[in-house]
Amino acid sequence: MNRRTVTGIVLDEQVFYSLKDICQVCGSQKEWVFELVEQGVLHPTGEEEQQWQFSGSSLHTAMKARRLQRDLDLNLSGVVLVLELLEEIESLRSRLGMLASNNEPTAAL
Amino acid sequence: MRYKDYYKIMGLARDASQDDIKKAYRQLARRYHPDVSDKPDAERLFKDLGEAYAVLKDPEKRAAYDELGTSWKAGQEFRPPPDWDAGFEFSGRGFDAGGAEAFSDFFEGLFGGGVGRGFTGGRARFDAQGQDHHAKVLVNLEDAYHGATRSISLRTPEVDSGGHVITRERQLNIKIPKGVRKGQRIRLTGQGSPGIGNGRAGDLYLDVDFEPHPFYRVDGKDVYLDVPLTPWEAALGATIEVPTPGGRVNLAIPAGTRDGKKFRLKNRGIPGNKAGHVYVIARLTLPPADNESAKHLYQKMRDQMPYNPRKHLEG
Repeated sequence: MNRRTVTGIVLDEQVFYSLKDICQVCGSQKEWVFELVEQGVLHPTGEEEQQWQFSGSSLHTAMKARRLQRDLDLNLSGVVLVLELLEEIESLRSRLGMLASNNEPTAAL
Repeated sequence: MRYKDYYKIMGLARDASQDDIKKAYRQLARRYHPDVSDKPDAERLFKDLGEAYAVLKDPEKRAAYDELGTSWKAGQEFRPPPDWDAGFEFSGRGFDAGGAEAFSDFFEGLFGGGVGRGFTGGRARFDAQGQDHHAKVLVNLEDAYHGATRSISLRTPEVDSGGHVITRERQLNIKIPKGVRKGQRIRLTGQGSPGIGNGRAGDLYLDVDFEPHPFYRVDGKDVYLDVPLTPWEAALGATIEVPTPGGRVNLAIPAGTRDGKKFRLKNRGIPGNKAGHVYVIARLTLPPADNESAKHLYQKMRDQMPYNPRKHLEG
């Protein structure tokens, strides 16, 4: 059995990917990425597209957008709306979680 | 291999029209999509749905599947009858470059595993990137402070020397880096399915989730902790010892601390480039008046401490 320890990269704000990386991972054309940038879903740093840098979480967002578009047959505005609503649900859930545990009897330390 | 009831998976009768099938797929795809659904087994449901749809939407595959008859039960041990597909031509047989997930043994037994049967003729060289894999990994708060190693098992379809697709189970030890946060993704390049031909291997993506902790709550890189106080600690002030995931610390409670007051322990949250904080929330508790001397003390307070907490409700 193949057993070795591998280390991955956390897709956070500390790692960066180029436009080419995003296209390769998502299997997309760069025009598709341009549209996501235009719609305000992805926020690359850098002026020219050759210098664009996308954070790790942007890479994850782009992949999610790609899957939603492909699997649910959505247009890009639909994908953007779904992403925004998912983000809102996520933040409401986390707030709800914090509130719910505030009202529970305090656990013994 | 086990028989799969594609009609049941899609919630359809066997005489459903092609239109019904399309409609059912769209509806269920929205419900089970792993990026949208909060069902814990969404990934599996969505995969089954995709497989069922791949068969039922294609009139040729559907006819071949229907030919197996109606006496099979889902999950029943299944072997395709010899030459059962002799009369059918599958135009869609072969590797679907559209990014379809690996299908079940049942599907592959019937329609071929994509690579194996479709491209053994050696006519064209065929390169494709291996599939990406997604998995969840559960860590606990202490792992985020210190880092850890997790072992996960993955089922990967691979092509053997005879060109057949086999599913191989492999174990992978994965380093969970210090500072990892709930909801983050870890990308392991090249740890997905191997590529076909000269295609590069797919990647493995891990979704990090935290095991619930008995007393810490985690929000991003911050950690919250409710700390019960006695009325005299809150009223008179005290120094108390509180736990944090990084070790116990002494916390000065100022006199007059009210219920719900938040104390920030700077940079004692989840470590990282910018470390999170620990927030201690004061929770006032009431000692029970369950014996004579406790009752006596409460009576003494009642008689000697003029205090009206309902002043603002008075007309």
